[in-house]
Amino acid sequence: MLNLKSDIPFTNYFRIFNIISLILILISLGSIFYKGLNFGVDFKGGTLIELRVDNNEIRISEVREAFLKMNLGDVNVKKFGKEGDYLIKFEKTKSNDENFIENIKDKLFKNMGVNFNFRRVENVGPKVSGELLRAGLIAIVLSLVAMLIYIWIRFEWQFSLGAIIALFHDVIITIGFFSILEFEINLSIIAAVLTIVGYSMNDTVVIFDRVRENLKKYTSKKIDEISNLSINETLSRTIITSSTTLLALLSIFFFGGTILHGFSFAMILGVIFGTYSSIFIANPILIKLKVNQKSVLKED
Amino acid sequence: MLYFSKLKIICIYSLIIFLSYFTILNFLSPNYKFSNKKINLGLDLQGGSYLLLEVDSNPIVVQKIQNKFSNLKKYFKNQNIKFKNIKIENNQIQFELKDSSMDSFITDFSDKKDNLLNNYLDQYKAFEFDYKIDNNKVYINYSKFGIIEIKNSTIDQALEIVRRRIDEVGTNEPNILKRGNERILVELPGLDDPERIKNLLGKTANLSFRFITDQDSTDFGSEKMFFEDGSEEAIVSKRIILSGDNLIDAKPRMDNQTNQTVVSFSMDRLGTKKFAKATISGVGKRLAIILDNKIISAPVIREAITGGNGQISGNFTFQSATDLALLLRSGALPAPLSIIEERTVGPDLGKDSIDAGTIALIIGFILVNLFMLLRYRLFGLIADLTLVVNLFLLVGILTIFEATLTLPGIAGIILTVGMAVDANVLIFERIKEEIKVEKNNLIAFDGGYKRARTAVLDANITTLIAAAILFFFGSGPVKGFAITLGIGIISTLFSVFYFARHLTSIYVSKNKDKTITL
Repeated sequence: MLNLKSDIPFTNYFRIFNIISLILILISLGSIFYKGLNFGVDFKGGTLIELRVDNNEIRISEVREAFLKMNLGDVNVKKFGKEGDYLIKFEKTKSNDENFIENIKDKLFKNMGVNFNFRRVENVGPKVSGELLRAGLIAIVLSLVAMLIYIWIRFEWQFSLGAIIALFHDVIITIGFFSILEFEINLSIIAAVLTIVGYSMNDTVVIFDRVRENLKKYTSKKIDEISNLSINETLSRTIITSSTTLLALLSIFFFGGTILHGFSFAMILGVIFGTYSSIFIANPILIKLKVNQKSVLKED
Repeated sequence: MLYFSKLKIICIYSLIIFLSYFTILNFLSPNYKFSNKKINLGLDLQGGSYLLLEVDSNPIVVQKIQNKFSNLKKYFKNQNIKFKNIKIENNQIQFELKDSSMDSFITDFSDKKDNLLNNYLDQYKAFEFDYKIDNNKVYINYSKFGIIEIKNSTIDQALEIVRRRIDEVGTNEPNILKRGNERILVELPGLDDPERIKNLLGKTANLSFRFITDQDSTDFGSEKMFFEDGSEEAIVSKRIILSGDNLIDAKPRMDNQTNQTVVSFSMDRLGTKKFAKATISGVGKRLAIILDNKIISAPVIREAITGGNGQISGNFTFQSATDLALLLRSGALPAPLSIIEERTVGPDLGKDSIDAGTIALIIGFILVNLFMLLRYRLFGLIADLTLVVNLFLLVGILTIFEATLTLPGIAGIILTVGMAVDANVLIFERIKEEIKVEKNNLIAFDGGYKRARTAVLDANITTLIAAAILFFFGSGPVKGFAITLGIGIISTLFSVFYFARHLTSIYVSKNKDKTITL
């Protein structure tokens, strides 16, 4: 099984995949800038309530109406996980009313007349949400910078450029997907993006390591040949590692509970694009930059 | 790379056994333990509340500027300095001085030793107040460090009061921490309904007893105030007869005569004296009991109260009387607190999350192990055993540090399971290539390990960097993810380079001359 003795001419497909990637990036950026991102309460501020209603006869429209009656600003109600579980989000935070949540419970009971249970309440004030967003952005930028420095130390500049462009590709497309699908961006998505940055880098570095080794080994081969050879030599590892990682992530996605859905979905996208980009984005850049034996021998 | 000295082998396996012991501790009932170490469950798994409180120290600054204002006037009088147009504007004191007295004022104001007018803060090497002179006009306002000093002392007092109030309620192992100089973080594990604590923390609990006067509200010495239920308003004197500071105890009680719940209290010596004096002269007057600028009740004084005991009546339920007594016992906050972030997870959701996380871990673990077994057969078994050891190491380290496990933390462990095999895959794939060109198994395996090492390290360091950044910037549950991911990398490297390599070396030395296929 999967005993790949591969000799796939990857370089032949670089152009077409680069065009596809470019289109995906443009669509993602377009969506991020024009449609925007669906920030959760972590970053936008507001209140989130996870509600479980005992009575299965209650319809989502009744829950929505009950909340709309309370003048809480923009209310968003959706089903969440099991039957009778709802996730409600609204802009308003408690302001100065310490009994805010208690009052909502009272009104809800009056309006719906069934038993329910607040399984989770999150309430983030505007100041905190601003700080969390800033910290999240700093973390992403910092991780990209740290990767750049790391690979700069480890490799020649052409490799660094290739790896960083591949990273941007993965991060932009992952966030783009979230924008297009209107999935919520919260703290755990930031965690996912950072992990994707680490994973994508890891994948690229393994192939680049081989490219450099082969450049030293085959002194007469050109970079496109070397690149192709290196991808093929590491292909088996690339596929096995992304498969096991995806198996773990799919298991989180399907069995790990609704709270981890966003996180595992982002990671699944990230692993797929990270694997793809280390072959089809990072490598063509080496070829474009005309890396040759001299570029790697200089520093030894 | 394949040779292991006896000592090394002993070290490796001792470490594995040592850490596995801590892992197993988590699953034993408490009686069997030789050590109490255990992984803590995060609030998102055991249920509970996380509250971030912010202290607003602005009212204190306003009040302190007010005090400084009177101090300055007193000082000018004592020193016979003529001043003009003194006023407070935007928390800044302004006045005019004549040229002749300016110098002596500045000398006094910027004296570093025992300066009562403008405190010199040794630890910051700065004054409490800054001054600015424009012609004859002097402007005085708090310096940067003066403000920091106020914030620091306010937060320390507030922290103490918050701690007392939460202790009085008696919740399980609360975690109360200072965050910077204006925030307090409160974690209340296992708390189902945080409403009561939120309610208690939201009250400043400034209690005062003052007479109700009939004087006009425009009068300087009195102010208009509302009753708690908003039904009435009354004009009360600004003079405080007794404040909450003078109380030493407070308890909820049933009043036998009226059958109402009341809060009874006792006063300290000074309070007793003050209260006696006021009530002797005030028989027949109404005494307003004011909490946080609202009148709770305003009973008529029937007789002088000299014994140092009293009671507060009002529209209390037993719960609200208990809470008021608790607030009075634990003291008033120096400044109002507001809850700027709250995250509460009910215990049933926490349990669901643990169940879901565990199932996902088991399924992910089985899938990854099956995959490796099918792909590498015998070496797959080595990789699988490595993974088991890896998990024992990971959980063991988490236990030794008594780390907090969160739901994202469990996700981090599952992800580690998926990514950890990468190290073995890199090595196995490399060995496969080496075997093709090298007939001697020992040399081929040794070369495989040697050549794959940089790639393995590279691959893991990148993830470690991401985890470290996440650890420093992430909050709460996300930090838990960074911890498991980061420690997972360390346990992966150890298990692959020591445990798996040792197993491999045993196998290879026994099958030196056979053809090994991976």
